[in-house]
Amino acid sequence: MVKGNINSIETFGTLDGPGIRVVIFMQGCMLECIYCHNSDMIQRGVGKKYSVNKLLKEIMKYKSYMDTSKGGITLSGGEPLTQYKFVYSFLKECKKNGIHTALDTCCHVNKNVIKQVSKVCDLFMVCIKQFSKNKKISHSRYNLNKVLDNILYLSNELGKTIILRHVLVPGYTDGKEELDKLTDFAKKLKNLQFIEILPYHSMGEHKSGMLKTRKLNIPSEKEVLKCAEFIRKKGIKTKVNC
Amino acid sequence: MFKDIKNFIKSSYKPYEGDSSFLKGPTKRTIRLLKKINILLKKETKKGVLSIDTKVSSSILSHKPGYINKKNERIVGLQTDKPLKRAVKIFGGLQSSEIAASFYGYRLDKKMTEFFKKYRKTHNEGVMSVYNDDIKKLVWKGVITGLPDSYARGRLIGDYRKVAFYGVDKLVQSKKEDFNKIPFESSEENIRLREEVFEQITALEELKKMAEGYGFDISQPASNAKEAIQWTYLAYLAAIKEQDGAAMSLGRVDSFFDVYIEKDIQEGKLTEEHAQELIDDLVIKLRLVRHLRTPQYNELFAGDPTWVTCSLGGTTADGKPMITKTSYRFLQTLFNLGPSPEPNLTVLWSKGLFENFKRFAVYTSIKTSCLQYENDDIMKPYFNDDYAISCCVSAMDTGKDTQFFGARCNIAKLLLIAINGGKDEMSGELLGPQEPVMDDKVLDYNKVIIRFDKYLDWLCKNYADMMNVIHYMHDKYNYERLQMALHDTFVRRFMAFGIAGFSVLIDSLSAIKYAQVKPVKNNDGLIIDYETKGEFPKFGNDDAKVDLIAIEVVEKIEKVFKKYRCYRGATPTMSLLTITSNVVYGKKTGNTPDGRRNGEPFAPGANPMNGRDKRGALASLNSVAKIPYSRCLDGISNTFSIIPNTLGPDETKRTENLVSLLDVYFNKGGHHINVNVIDKDRLQKAMEHPEKYPNLTVRVSGYAVNFSKLSKEQQLDVISRTFHLKV
Repeated sequence: MVKGNINSIETFGTLDGPGIRVVIFMQGCMLECIYCHNSDMIQRGVGKKYSVNKLLKEIMKYKSYMDTSKGGITLSGGEPLTQYKFVYSFLKECKKNGIHTALDTCCHVNKNVIKQVSKVCDLFMVCIKQFSKNKKISHSRYNLNKVLDNILYLSNELGKTIILRHVLVPGYTDGKEELDKLTDFAKKLKNLQFIEILPYHSMGEHKSGMLKTRKLNIPSEKEVLKCAEFIRKKGIKTKVNC
Repeated sequence: MFKDIKNFIKSSYKPYEGDSSFLKGPTKRTIRLLKKINILLKKETKKGVLSIDTKVSSSILSHKPGYINKKNERIVGLQTDKPLKRAVKIFGGLQSSEIAASFYGYRLDKKMTEFFKKYRKTHNEGVMSVYNDDIKKLVWKGVITGLPDSYARGRLIGDYRKVAFYGVDKLVQSKKEDFNKIPFESSEENIRLREEVFEQITALEELKKMAEGYGFDISQPASNAKEAIQWTYLAYLAAIKEQDGAAMSLGRVDSFFDVYIEKDIQEGKLTEEHAQELIDDLVIKLRLVRHLRTPQYNELFAGDPTWVTCSLGGTTADGKPMITKTSYRFLQTLFNLGPSPEPNLTVLWSKGLFENFKRFAVYTSIKTSCLQYENDDIMKPYFNDDYAISCCVSAMDTGKDTQFFGARCNIAKLLLIAINGGKDEMSGELLGPQEPVMDDKVLDYNKVIIRFDKYLDWLCKNYADMMNVIHYMHDKYNYERLQMALHDTFVRRFMAFGIAGFSVLIDSLSAIKYAQVKPVKNNDGLIIDYETKGEFPKFGNDDAKVDLIAIEVVEKIEKVFKKYRCYRGATPTMSLLTITSNVVYGKKTGNTPDGRRNGEPFAPGANPMNGRDKRGALASLNSVAKIPYSRCLDGISNTFSIIPNTLGPDETKRTENLVSLLDVYFNKGGHHINVNVIDKDRLQKAMEHPEKYPNLTVRVSGYAVNFSKLSKEQQLDVISRTFHLKV
């Protein structure tokens, strides 16, 4: 059986999906985003090895918290889909045990991966890194069309619930063009719950990872509210998560 | 008509299932009164104490009636003739009263001190006259600390409701009947009890006189809400005029008061606004309770605590929620009067409580950090359904149980003493029976356990000896006449032992078992440090490997406490509770095998060590919930600190998540939890500018304190305690 490389487990996750959630941070990512707050999770193949059963046993300790709060588990990271085989097997077991499952993902993977994991995942929280190519958020291989295509497929063809996550970095992702494109795309989705604004924070700066993160600005409360207002005016439900 | 007060409450109270929308804000009168008090409180904060009456040792009738502002008070009564003026209580100990007074620049009246020196021995002198050198050493070296040998023991709760329910005359009559029931056979026990009941009756008569001073005839039962609250409070007031125990708790009054309030409202005699005003006024009085403490006491129990613990909610034996509008009204005082550590509001949580109440309580927590929660479902089988919490986590069947308070021993230090063959790891002094210092290159788990068990036995024996001495002398020289008058004559007694440094001990044992621990000796051959190589599981991560050690240790220690005879046939119980004393205990404990450095604070209560719970809050809660309450019937304290954002994305979600968290934690067998919803930033700012945050309350194990009243050291400790912060 395939094993998972796990960075860490947070048992009281309340900001990554509904209810109380056990959040599993997985090792490995194909992107190198400038605002990454978990740069220690970019490297693949490291971290603690877990079999599906071992991880399941671990999260089952918190099943009653999930049930009572209508929560579940969320796979985050890193990009969990860099380990999609493990992810699929693990989520399948979760579903067998009646656990709500969510993926915190960039969807920067092939469609067949999306298709497979969608069978065992209830909620996709997807962060689109950048629409315009002017400001470099991730590396040059970032394939926007692939990501958008996957999201459309999940939402409109497979009927999966989507939350779009937008990391707000002043000077990078707060421009009108960027937000216009984001909201235009959001309108196309039939199963979008809301757009979640994640204001950039600097708490990940102390982590030594692969990135030489450049100094970014933290958005002010005013900037965050402005962004939320912009999205709302376009007729899309939005929330701020900080 | 009713068999007793418990029967009266259960057959008369009206459960309230609705939400908090009926509640009313403070009246103009309340705001006026509050302004007056805030001026006094500010003065007190500046000076440490506002003033001290140095002339008289406090008793029920020692002081004239006192008022804040007579015409603006709905509920009256102060400990002395002026608000915040502190009284001395010499029967506990003359020397400690003198030290406390002189610390604040006062001198006790010469005539009074001379009287005590010449004619009246105190509790403290009684204890010191029979302590032996071994015991004194254990106190000095910080192995056993905080025991009530120089101050009143407290912890017992009189059933103050009785005064309102029966009226004093009936209580006196019933005590007289009891007196005649005690066999006149000349056993020491019978003679003592007869004398005690006689004293109880005298105290009740004094209480009646004290009430007359305030213009109330309390010989007959209360006939309306105002009287019920006032008379209950007068009974409590008489108790705190007579005694200055560490914890002088109020008991469980919410559903009792509610019966009277509902009746008055129904009859059109009272409005909601005025009902709230009565509760607000009572709580104002409870916030003004003061005792005079020595600096040593303050170091141990920081923030001038009085533990006026007030239990709210809970369920009846058949599972009916005892939630009334008055349970809400008590919570509402935190909004009407602002947050405050006192009275120590304690919600008795049960799966079966009304959801609306759960949500309002949790909402109050998030806004004020002023509540603690305890598991009604696991306490009820031991203490019935009219128990109340005393101090932080000690349950007692109201008026039927009492306890001999015993602070705590330092169980982490005991491990170091055991490894060093009886020697204090800090001074090298021999404290107990001598054994060779363990000479293994790498400590062997089984050998360490054998050693530890041996010294555990020695410690528990000495601890029990101390307790027997202290409580014998307390009964003899500082008997709680009034509080015991409000108990059944024949009571169930507990002797409450406690342990501190729990998670340090558990992690140290885990290190010895799962990693390699090399002792490091100094030139005298004393082990003063440990080099620990390799990984080992730590308590607080829901890891069975180490959590099992925790369970085993708890079961073992409790068993040893049960071996020793307790004074007056008391049943020994145990607590995992430190309040703020974890800081002082840490100071007196050398390097430990878990990597904790010499002098570093312990985690409070049963908490995992600061920063070692790596899996987030639920894993930490699960570990603590595994500690068996059946072996720690005096309570298992757990402090949960979290920043608001981490509880959920918005207010509704935060409330829902916290309700779920409490439901499951208690369902898993957790006993107690303090909830601190405060961000680190705010605490750090409050440290820099305490004057800007006079009302900032934080919960420490089992108790809430004003953050600004803590020492810098304790403030840092609070901040370093795990903030379950997720990045």
